[in-house]
Amino acid sequence: MSHTETPAPATPAAGRSGILTFNLLWGLVGLVVGYAIGLWIGHRMGSRFDWVAETDYNDVAILIGYALGTLGYLFGLGILNHPIARMFGRSGGDIAKSSTGWSRYARASTDHKVIGNQYLIGIGIFFFIGGLNAMLIRTELLHPNSPTFSPGQYLTIVGLHGAMMIMMVSSIILGPFGHFFVPLMIGSRRMAFPRLEALSFWLLPLAGVVLMSTIAYGGFPTGWTGYPTLGSQADSGMDGYLVAFALVGIGMILNALNMLVTVFNHRAPGMTWARLPIFVWSMLTTSVLMLLGPPMLLAAVVMEMLDRTSGTAFFSSSSGGSPFLWENLFWFFGHPEVYILALPGFGIVLEILPVFARKPLWGQRLAIAGMLGVTLLSFMVWQHHLFVSGINSSLRPFYMFTTELISVPTGFIFLCGIGTLWRAKIRYTVPMLFALAFFFNFLIGGLSGVYLSDVPSDVSLHGSFFVMAHFHYTIMGGLVFAFFAGIYYWLPKMAGVELNERLGKIHFWTTFVFFNSTFLPLFAVGMLGMPRRVATYAPHLQFLNDWVSISAFLLGASMLVFLANFVWSLLVARIPAAANPWMARSLEWQLPTPVPVWDFDGPVRILAGPYEYGNPAAPPVMELGPPIVAAGD
Amino acid sequence: MIVILLVAWYVVGYVISLPPTVPQASAAGVTNVTVQTVASYGRPPHPDWVSYLVKNESGQWVHSTIWKVPANSIVRVTVLQYDGQSGLRNPFLGQPRGVVGGTMTVNGKPLKVLNPDEASHTFTIPDLGVSVPLKGIADDAPNQCAVTPCTLGQAHYTITFEFRTGKPGLHRWQCFVPCAAGWLYGFGGPMQTVGWMDGFIKVV
Amino acid sequence: MDSRTDITRAVIVWVVLAIVADLLIGFLLAPHMPPGHFSNTASDQTEINNILALILTPIGLGVVTFFVYALVSFRQPAGAIEDGPPLRGDRRLQLGWVGVTTTVVIVLAIVGTIELLQAPNSQAGSGAGGGQGASAISHPSGNPLQVQVIAQQWQFTYRYPQYGGVETFSLALPVGRTVEFHVTSIDAIHSFWAYQLGVKADAVPGADNVAFTTPEHMGLFEVRCAELCGLWHGYMYSRGHVLSSAGFSKWIAHAQIANAPATHYLPKYAHVYYPLPLQRGG
Repeated sequence: MSHTETPAPATPAAGRSGILTFNLLWGLVGLVVGYAIGLWIGHRMGSRFDWVAETDYNDVAILIGYALGTLGYLFGLGILNHPIARMFGRSGGDIAKSSTGWSRYARASTDHKVIGNQYLIGIGIFFFIGGLNAMLIRTELLHPNSPTFSPGQYLTIVGLHGAMMIMMVSSIILGPFGHFFVPLMIGSRRMAFPRLEALSFWLLPLAGVVLMSTIAYGGFPTGWTGYPTLGSQADSGMDGYLVAFALVGIGMILNALNMLVTVFNHRAPGMTWARLPIFVWSMLTTSVLMLLGPPMLLAAVVMEMLDRTSGTAFFSSSSGGSPFLWENLFWFFGHPEVYILALPGFGIVLEILPVFARKPLWGQRLAIAGMLGVTLLSFMVWQHHLFVSGINSSLRPFYMFTTELISVPTGFIFLCGIGTLWRAKIRYTVPMLFALAFFFNFLIGGLSGVYLSDVPSDVSLHGSFFVMAHFHYTIMGGLVFAFFAGIYYWLPKMAGVELNERLGKIHFWTTFVFFNSTFLPLFAVGMLGMPRRVATYAPHLQFLNDWVSISAFLLGASMLVFLANFVWSLLVARIPAAANPWMARSLEWQLPTPVPVWDFDGPVRILAGPYEYGNPAAPPVMELGPPIVAAGD
Repeated sequence: MIVILLVAWYVVGYVISLPPTVPQASAAGVTNVTVQTVASYGRPPHPDWVSYLVKNESGQWVHSTIWKVPANSIVRVTVLQYDGQSGLRNPFLGQPRGVVGGTMTVNGKPLKVLNPDEASHTFTIPDLGVSVPLKGIADDAPNQCAVTPCTLGQAHYTITFEFRTGKPGLHRWQCFVPCAAGWLYGFGGPMQTVGWMDGFIKVV
Repeated sequence: MDSRTDITRAVIVWVVLAIVADLLIGFLLAPHMPPGHFSNTASDQTEINNILALILTPIGLGVVTFFVYALVSFRQPAGAIEDGPPLRGDRRLQLGWVGVTTTVVIVLAIVGTIELLQAPNSQAGSGAGGGQGASAISHPSGNPLQVQVIAQQWQFTYRYPQYGGVETFSLALPVGRTVEFHVTSIDAIHSFWAYQLGVKADAVPGADNVAFTTPEHMGLFEVRCAELCGLWHGYMYSRGHVLSSAGFSKWIAHAQIANAPATHYLPKYAHVYYPLPLQRGG
């Protein structure tokens, strides 16, 4: 049984104020200054290499620039203050939780609630930029052979869409909801490592800026997978892609460590593993994947940086390396990454279902077993991305089997969903609608995945739009629908205001209809022989492609409905939300809205599980001890 | 706000990024296209990049690789080849294909096949089956061109060939010689950017 | 109404839907299922696609039926917030679900593996496995036509080692003869996708990727690149021909003569090539 940590006093905002405060503005200044210094050093070093002069680019300088820029940015944000203070033997101070004013969102905060909201805004922005790129892609594909964009820029748009969505948006649930609600749901007053938490968030916008900066260097042609030889040939935009992916990878590892330690060590007394909410379980399993996958990615990215700058040949077969090395390292990270995107979705929908079904979560242990099974199996399937790449052909039956096997634990989630809804008392609120649509979309995504796991079938579908439709059904239809379920469910607690329900329902129905109308035809397009990431296609596929493009534009428009709802509810209407509008039992809803700075007023004791609906004998979910008097108050 | 500006900036940047389309004058079913290949363009944005230039209808050199030619006509191409020898990765492309009469000329002499080591570029339109190797000048040739546009007095080969355009359509063309010095396999930068070693032929 | 009645009703709806859907798939969709019957590998892929559709559609319909049944039947009465019954699980049902899904998965894996183990031109199947790497899991009987696919940025060219190692721009194959593709690349990673032939094999520099097929009809087929390979990836599109045996002999004889000047300069036939220049410095 774990304990609640000795609470730190609620100290006021850090001493500095005015222009000299460490904040985002100074972070950006540090970024620019560091980048300029790095570029200067790199040009001094690199100008002796012939190839630097002939390519008009100096990859060494750009990489050093990005590295020093990162340092300057972190320094400007004040994230390095504590390590520097400790280096000089000073205490570095307690963990402060400043909670006043909008300016706290532009600082390195150590309040998990502020960080959750920062994630929401940050990832939201990247999600919309990524979505905008998707609109540009669909514009290009309106016509079979009439380029709207130059072919090189089309590839950059494709790459930016993929990289934005996979890198930046991969924490769309763990970021906002994980940080805000995991401590509240387990009865803790903070995450285990609040300073680390700040660092792992602030790496994300930096990675986004680095990724966007690739445009200035001619973009990158490789899509989000960055396959080598092409990646080694590419212009300096590729360096930005590598640096951004490295920053995201480091952020993921830090996030995962923090989350694991928090859930293991910071549970309140009485929060047994059996009472742990299913959402926390999903965060736990996601964190295991985030801890073990990204180190492989980092290794691959560093090798590629060396190939591009130092003349090593890890991925160049003519000099003794092999592109297969990248393919294996990348997909050893890449496939768990796919489940980093799926598991939080399972967690949210199973968390929401009991609340609006007014029934306990049916088969909770089976659901947990499903998540653990997915976590374990996801490290054993990566070579299905390489079925036709020329890997040893006797390995393929094994990977075919493991890939198909992973549908068994995924199936558990569906059984638990049906079981929870059976003989329930269902309320059709907006979060519930999104959670239900998640099951429908993920079902199609999962079943189409079986085609891709079966080698003979995969031979005709590999690398086609079928694959693209498949993973959009699992990621867009799964993760993003779960995210919207989460935001309609939890935003009243996070922001303290209600979202407009009518606009929410319009948003749901337009998104659901146009999502399916966009991606369902793409299965057919792929089966009829259209490869991914192309700017041209066979003329007889134009009708289907135009249908998809128009649906995609309407899907984009439905996102504007959400944006309007979000901005209007948050900035204009500002109707204060009730403390527990959904009458949910779980711990986070027992707190007042807005949530106090130090979350819980006294030591928390958990008395019952969060899903005891329909059980009149169940005690309240928690009781609070006497308030903690902060030392010195 | 900053984000919106950033997004707007790069959207606009992308839309206007294709080089200009250069129409080519034709008379009596024959279109004359005169181009030059240079080892380095010598001007911003990429002074060190290998490139093509093309003459427009009024005889001026334009830095573009998007040309407009009439359908169902013969295009007579004259290449003034100022670049040095890089060598073909696939020697198969040393043989001219898809050209009228099956031949091309280098400095007026017909060429059946080019020694792959002497190739500087190829001019290839895969859709039309046209592929022509372009012979590079020797490394020690005197009076090499340094500033574009190059003039007839500088070291070069004059290469001519003809091909048929066929039905209206949009065709890509490219170079198959890894001539982008500095990139792995010689295939980065100018080799992967429209306006340098890649372009479109608009057949209208 | 007790729980048993609800389940019985949902099961009846599901069974009816599943039978109707499978009949529609079997008689309407299956004859037109891509990639068609142009070669023996394409036929086998079509067959597997149909088998999967027939198995997966009832599973999907089952899940949807139970969800929709629950959503329609078990609503919260208007204006009230009532709790449902505190059901926490059903051991037998859960074990049954695990058993059924695991069995389906094992059956699917066995069907796929059996298909992969077939010799590429046997009666039972084609081993429709696309690119199998340098050491194929099973080999065809007889003497297949060897065709090397050389991918480069951005064009496929083809070499016929049994015909003097001649290299060609276009791909032609004789009908009814097993073809052994050796796919390789001389620069970036590409993927050779002959759509109607049901062949897909990545072209990786420094690697030899073998794929088999036997064309069964004469006509045209599409060749596309299926792995992002740079600027003109989307334009790496061409057509191949399947000719009669006599037509193929004529075509290859003509190609040998027409391409003789270039053949003279070609390197000796090998499974992989490392042409210069290799590294930065061009």
